[in-house]
Amino acid sequence: MTKKKSLLNDQRFIAALVAIVLVVIYLIFSKEFRKYTSFLSMLDFSYYDILMAYGVTFPLITGGVDLSIGTGMVCYALVAGQMVRNNGLPVGAAIVLCLVLGLAIGILNGVLIGVMGLAPFIATLSTCMITRGIGSMCSATPWPTTSQAGGWFHSIFKWTFGTGRQAFKFPFGIILMLVLMFVLEFVLNHTKFGRYTIAIGSNREATALSGINVKFYHVMVYAVCGLLVGFSSVAYAAVTPTVQPGTGAGLEMDAIGGVFVGGVSATGGYGSIIGSFIGTMVIMLLKTGLPYIGLQSNWQQIITGAVLIISVMIDIVKKKGAAAKA
Amino acid sequence: MGDVILTMKGIDKSFPGVHALDHVDFEVRRGEVHALMGENGAGKSTLMKVLTGIYKKDSGTITYEGKEVEFHNTREAQDAGIVIVHQELNMVGDLTVAQNIFIGREPVKGIRIDDKKMIEDSKALFDKLKIEIDPTAKMKDLTVGKQQMCEIAKAISHNAKVIIFDEPSAALTEKEIDDLFAIIRDLRAQNMGIVYISHRMDEIKVITDRVTVMRDGGYVGTLITKDCTKEDIINMMVGRVIYEEPKTHSMCPPDAPVVLKVENLNAGRMVQDVSFELHKGEILGFSGLMGAGRTETARAIFGADPKQSGKISIMNKQTGKLEEVTINSPVDAVKAGIGYLSEDRRRYGVVVGKSIIENSTLACLEDYSHGIFIDKAAEKKVTEKYIEELATKTPGPDQLVMNLSGGNQQKVVIAKWLVKNSDILIFDEPTRGIDVGAKNEIYKLMNKLASEGKSIIMISSEMTEILRMSDRIVIMCEGKKTGEMDIAEATQESIMDKATRNIK
Repeated sequence: MTKKKSLLNDQRFIAALVAIVLVVIYLIFSKEFRKYTSFLSMLDFSYYDILMAYGVTFPLITGGVDLSIGTGMVCYALVAGQMVRNNGLPVGAAIVLCLVLGLAIGILNGVLIGVMGLAPFIATLSTCMITRGIGSMCSATPWPTTSQAGGWFHSIFKWTFGTGRQAFKFPFGIILMLVLMFVLEFVLNHTKFGRYTIAIGSNREATALSGINVKFYHVMVYAVCGLLVGFSSVAYAAVTPTVQPGTGAGLEMDAIGGVFVGGVSATGGYGSIIGSFIGTMVIMLLKTGLPYIGLQSNWQQIITGAVLIISVMIDIVKKKGAAAKA
Repeated sequence: MGDVILTMKGIDKSFPGVHALDHVDFEVRRGEVHALMGENGAGKSTLMKVLTGIYKKDSGTITYEGKEVEFHNTREAQDAGIVIVHQELNMVGDLTVAQNIFIGREPVKGIRIDDKKMIEDSKALFDKLKIEIDPTAKMKDLTVGKQQMCEIAKAISHNAKVIIFDEPSAALTEKEIDDLFAIIRDLRAQNMGIVYISHRMDEIKVITDRVTVMRDGGYVGTLITKDCTKEDIINMMVGRVIYEEPKTHSMCPPDAPVVLKVENLNAGRMVQDVSFELHKGEILGFSGLMGAGRTETARAIFGADPKQSGKISIMNKQTGKLEEVTINSPVDAVKAGIGYLSEDRRRYGVVVGKSIIENSTLACLEDYSHGIFIDKAAEKKVTEKYIEELATKTPGPDQLVMNLSGGNQQKVVIAKWLVKNSDILIFDEPTRGIDVGAKNEIYKLMNKLASEGKSIIMISSEMTEILRMSDRIVIMCEGKKTGEMDIAEATQESIMDKATRNIK
């Protein structure tokens, strides 16, 4: 009965191969891409996407979705930034505020979906609009720059050694992302919360009949997602010179797309944080990498869409194959 | 057999419009296998749901281990040692076997779930049951039989004293049933009380010690299995007074041409080698117990489910000759003149949020359109015609279907297929959820349609309905056709006999 799963059967492996192939192509065809600064800037702009992807993996595993992550992220960054600039809130407190706001919207999503029974699409579409609205009320917010007081939060993601022309920048963020990936992967596979997330996605009814408080865990799923989105807003502020009000819509699609490329089951019941990391890297490589080999942004979109279709098709074909065997 | 562990006395339960349980008595002793039998809708499952706290009883007492008890949910019943192994398994397919068995009570080390201990405990459970299942396998990868073994293992791990098997063998192969019986005997030897709900007469004789029969929500009697015959049990199950006069002879002329011929139809486990003919103007009853494969047969003919093999021929209206047709989807079936009235009306039959007009012309909108525009006037006219013809009670054709009663909703579905001019109508449980008065109207309507030359296949689990409406009866059991008889020779007993796996 117990067959060793072949690596090619694992979508994460395929996604990783795609990522490697992309990098190799870029390295061959673009001089610019071979520069260390390109590498740094690409990573800079991937952190918030990765964090959103980690977060939204949980709702996706339950068969739901969270559309509010993109506008939510920008909204928290705007609100907290506004507080720093206008009210003199210390940057440390602003970071905490980002997390709290994310958690709050996450819990709101969770209650709407898990307790009140709204469809995840509708519930999170509503909070998506609400957060965009709140964000639009703020003015464009420059968080402190690296040289200003409170600029230290930039170095959460990028450590700088030395000064001036000799300065060496080390992308500490990627280490943070990898550590977080393993922590969340552990949570998903080895804790009650993770297990019930999968169980709800697989068969909510049976899970409830097993005596599990599915409402509580369903709320938790969105709360965890929200918390990670809160963190992503810090990452977003750290790399964006000016956070613009009214933006953020569409960013959620990069993250959700990344999770699907990483192999989450489109109908729920399976997913992995490692997969979400790899999948988001693929999306990021397409988004920020294709210009290096001279492809217009329209092409990036088209290719990204095609990659997404292919990844979801893999899931469907696998399921059909399994059904044929049974 | 040991002492009495569970007694249910005078259990009464009503749902709006239905007296589901009428002062039912039932008891289970330690170390016995007690069969609970009855036709579909006799109240067996309802009784067990009352016992395990899924439904709240209106009156009566439940005594368990000498104390009066009332459980409010399955969890409480489970904790007390009463567990149900459901017919439809409550499994989380994406989790492993061990994770399923211990769901909700996982052993933990800190925050980490102790998977190793879970796997070991599962192995120990399986050893105790003498079955071999890999605890780390994903649940969805197991066969239905193995999944059921896991449910049993889960039940036992709750320290169960009473285990209820709700039609456990329905989806199992012969070999798996043998394994199941071995386990049940083992559990009996360990002094557990076992309730065994099944329709299969042969199994009852093999595995059970006593039989309690229910009928129409009431208690009929309890027999010692080895002292009674199969006929005794059947008589107790069907021995009701039939209020409506059954048909005594076929209304369909013997020389009526065949309009539909199905040969050796195969579609999954539930439809095996089914062949039959339907004549013009005939009502062909499909009888059998729940899960006999009747709906599946209808869905396969209608193209709603894929078929593996088989030949379907339909009479060509022009030439009057049978011609083989290929039906791969409901679109093909509707084109061939077949209309299907689903047993789940609200889900598959009508669009409840739409008007009668919109529902009536749904299947043939192209006939009521000019180009891309819908001809509202023609639509309204035809809908009004059928409202009158079928005597649908409604303030007007614009009424939303959800505001109609069950019987009138059914009429809208019928109208839909009449508007489409379908000649072959498959009625799947046409009167389910419809009150008595409306039932009679539907019956009248079906008779009228048949006399006008429509041919009807009527799937019904109600014996009285079968005997009252059918000109001929096909009986199915376990996905196979087990009998076919003219109404003149049909009796409740002869039908029930064939429906309980007595393949002649």
